[in-house]
Amino acid sequence: MHYAPAPLHIPDGFLNVTVSAICWVITVIVIGMAVSRTNKSLGEKQVPLMGIMAAFIFAAQMINFPVAGGTSGHLLGGALAAIVLGPWAGMLVMTAVIAVQGLLFQDGGLLVMGANILNMGLLTAAIGYGLYRSVMNKSTGTKLAVAGVAAWLSVMAGALATALQLWLSGTSSLQTVTIAMLSVHALIGIGEALITVAALSFIFRTRPDLLGEGSVSAEGGRGWIAAGVVVSLLVVLLSPLASANPDGLERVATDLGFIEAGQAAPYEIIPNYTLPFLGETPLSTILAGAIGALIVLGIVVATGRSLQKKTS
Amino acid sequence: MHFDAFDRYHDTGSFIHRLDPRVKVVVTVAYILSNALLPDGAWTAFGLAWLFLLFASALSNLGPGFTFKRSFIALPFALAAVTVLFSIPGSPLSTFHFLFWNLTITDMGLLRFVSIVVRSWLSVQMAILLVATTRFPDIVHALEHLRVPAILTTIIAFLYRYLFVLVDEVFRLLRAREARSAAAPGSRSGGSAAWRARVAGNMAGQLFLRSYERSDRVYNAMLARGYTGRLNTIHPHEMHRMDYIVTVLALFIILLFQLIGRI
Amino acid sequence: MTNVLSVRNLRFSYHDHHEALRGVSFDLCEGDKVALVGPNGAGKSTLMLHLNGILRGQGEVMVGGERLTRDNLPAIRAMVGLVFQNPDDQLFSPTVFEDVAFGPLHMGLPKDEVIARVEAALQAVRMSNYRDRMSHHLSVGEKKRIAIATVLSMKPQILVLDEPTAGLDPRARRTLINLLRDLPITMLVSTHDMRMVQELFPRTIVMDEGLIVADGRTEDILADEKFLNEHGLEKV
Repeated sequence: MHYAPAPLHIPDGFLNVTVSAICWVITVIVIGMAVSRTNKSLGEKQVPLMGIMAAFIFAAQMINFPVAGGTSGHLLGGALAAIVLGPWAGMLVMTAVIAVQGLLFQDGGLLVMGANILNMGLLTAAIGYGLYRSVMNKSTGTKLAVAGVAAWLSVMAGALATALQLWLSGTSSLQTVTIAMLSVHALIGIGEALITVAALSFIFRTRPDLLGEGSVSAEGGRGWIAAGVVVSLLVVLLSPLASANPDGLERVATDLGFIEAGQAAPYEIIPNYTLPFLGETPLSTILAGAIGALIVLGIVVATGRSLQKKTS
Repeated sequence: MHFDAFDRYHDTGSFIHRLDPRVKVVVTVAYILSNALLPDGAWTAFGLAWLFLLFASALSNLGPGFTFKRSFIALPFALAAVTVLFSIPGSPLSTFHFLFWNLTITDMGLLRFVSIVVRSWLSVQMAILLVATTRFPDIVHALEHLRVPAILTTIIAFLYRYLFVLVDEVFRLLRAREARSAAAPGSRSGGSAAWRARVAGNMAGQLFLRSYERSDRVYNAMLARGYTGRLNTIHPHEMHRMDYIVTVLALFIILLFQLIGRI
Repeated sequence: MTNVLSVRNLRFSYHDHHEALRGVSFDLCEGDKVALVGPNGAGKSTLMLHLNGILRGQGEVMVGGERLTRDNLPAIRAMVGLVFQNPDDQLFSPTVFEDVAFGPLHMGLPKDEVIARVEAALQAVRMSNYRDRMSHHLSVGEKKRIAIATVLSMKPQILVLDEPTAGLDPRARRTLINLLRDLPITMLVSTHDMRMVQELFPRTIVMDEGLIVADGRTEDILADEKFLNEHGLEKV
């Protein structure tokens, strides 16, 4: 028995520090919100539930089925987790899964874990839950159909986000990586959609109470619909732009100073990569880098602390 | 059945094994951060970082090939970086024809590509060393000490504990599926891809329900031992003088790599 | 002898209106070792979940002379140590130490006391050198013994065990039976293992369809073949 890595997990070395840090900041903020929400709204029963559900997602990712030409489909689970556990709990569960995959199996790096959590845990949950939530009161058939579309789209969102991060880090050229990522994951997403729908319909048949009114699944507010739709629209709009007309996006990124930052070494949070009073010496560059890193660290720690306070 | 293949810990009782897990987590992250910060083509610094890794491996008594043998897990991802070979402007090294493209490898492109692969290769080995020398529950303790929210570390601890139980269940389900997927002579086994996905989805649903019911029983077991919604943990680790010395020394050396990499 | 546990006219229905307990009454005295037998679905597990207030039905449960209410729940839970059938449900922490420490920690004991209790509990089940082991590396028999340690560390007055010998090979079963014999504590054990009942427990309670149908000397109950057959039990 071996552990097979999945294609969306970015290893260390492929994203630069700026992109990794930005992803970490977004991830830490969203997880912080999830932590405070789950502490507030969910009962004490949720702790073992989320823990064992995390093990479930991990184990369910090992259920594969042969598709065509020697490839096999399997589950990523972000959309499924968010639909059955509610969005915040789903995000925490996916975060734990990705953290263990990175820490224990080196499937996905540590410095880039923020990006991996964002791509596979947060975006997938937002789309999966948001779209599903919009048809919560409709018939089971509608719910399953929308869940399938949401599952497929969630994988595409993860793939697109990965491609964009690789490009912004100067690791890949935009058009190639977008086309490659999206076309591979358009197929993987079909597997994701099929398994998600089949698993949900199994639950609808055997334990409809787990997905009905009053269940954790129904706890997400209507704001999630907006979040799901916005992320979905971004995927739908950015995908063709990045794969067919990359010049536009490249220009935006250059204007924002991103491409420069991506291509050169990544300590450019401070303008001109040096501290003015030290002049253009290596020492100045290193100090500038260190200060940049400290600022990022400070933000991360401060966010963590403030959330920690809420939780204890 | 035991899936010991999931255990990455190799006990040799070495100096590195006995260090406080916090030290190892912090140094590993600093090392990976340092690799990411080194500019492309900082070969001296990359070389020294490699020596640092070899030295840490030697100290942990795992044998020189241990991390090397397992370091190729991230290699397939290098495909994602192949395009920089051609896309970064520089003087052409070689041109070849692939399908209907003429591709030119540039010197700057090659420099960047090799740098990315080296960064990844060094970083993944340090992460391998971390889990080989630190038991996973201790890594979770380190995260607790380093102020990761308790709810996350608890989920991770549960995940680790039940990973083995649930993966066992998955393999029982998979074996049951295999035992029943016979094929008539001359015909292909199994139905359409959609049908196979449905079977897989039913298995996922089945597993979900069993997990859900198990979480009920675990919750009862927690209640029976006084759980009221607040989790109390005991912090079994204490930093000793040696732990502080190693941390400072390692971070200093890693800082030196940055200095050397930029001159 | 002092009465440590008494149950009076306990009734309980699950959400699907299935009546699992239909008026159950019995007493345990200090030092009693009592077997609880009966076919699957007789209500044994449901009864056990009432003894430290995880389920709350109609009727009365008195532990150590105190009536179980919402307010004294934490105290009662420390007095009645419940060991579940499946040790994978009981052992939910990554390491043995953390699991055995869970109970004392949640009783709010100081760190030194917690550590001392963990050592003592592991000693009692003869697993002292397993302190730092990881739970998923243990055999079923080892897990069962650690599961008992996880409640012994709370120093309960009564030990309630659900199917302790289920799924054990003969040697692990023997080890466990010897352990139960040597533990100097009041004990209520639900089981299908009639040979263990005969060997270990002077008194037996028989349940069927949510009622206690017999409560008396094990010798007498095991001798009545017709009665045993009626309630789906086997003569040893």
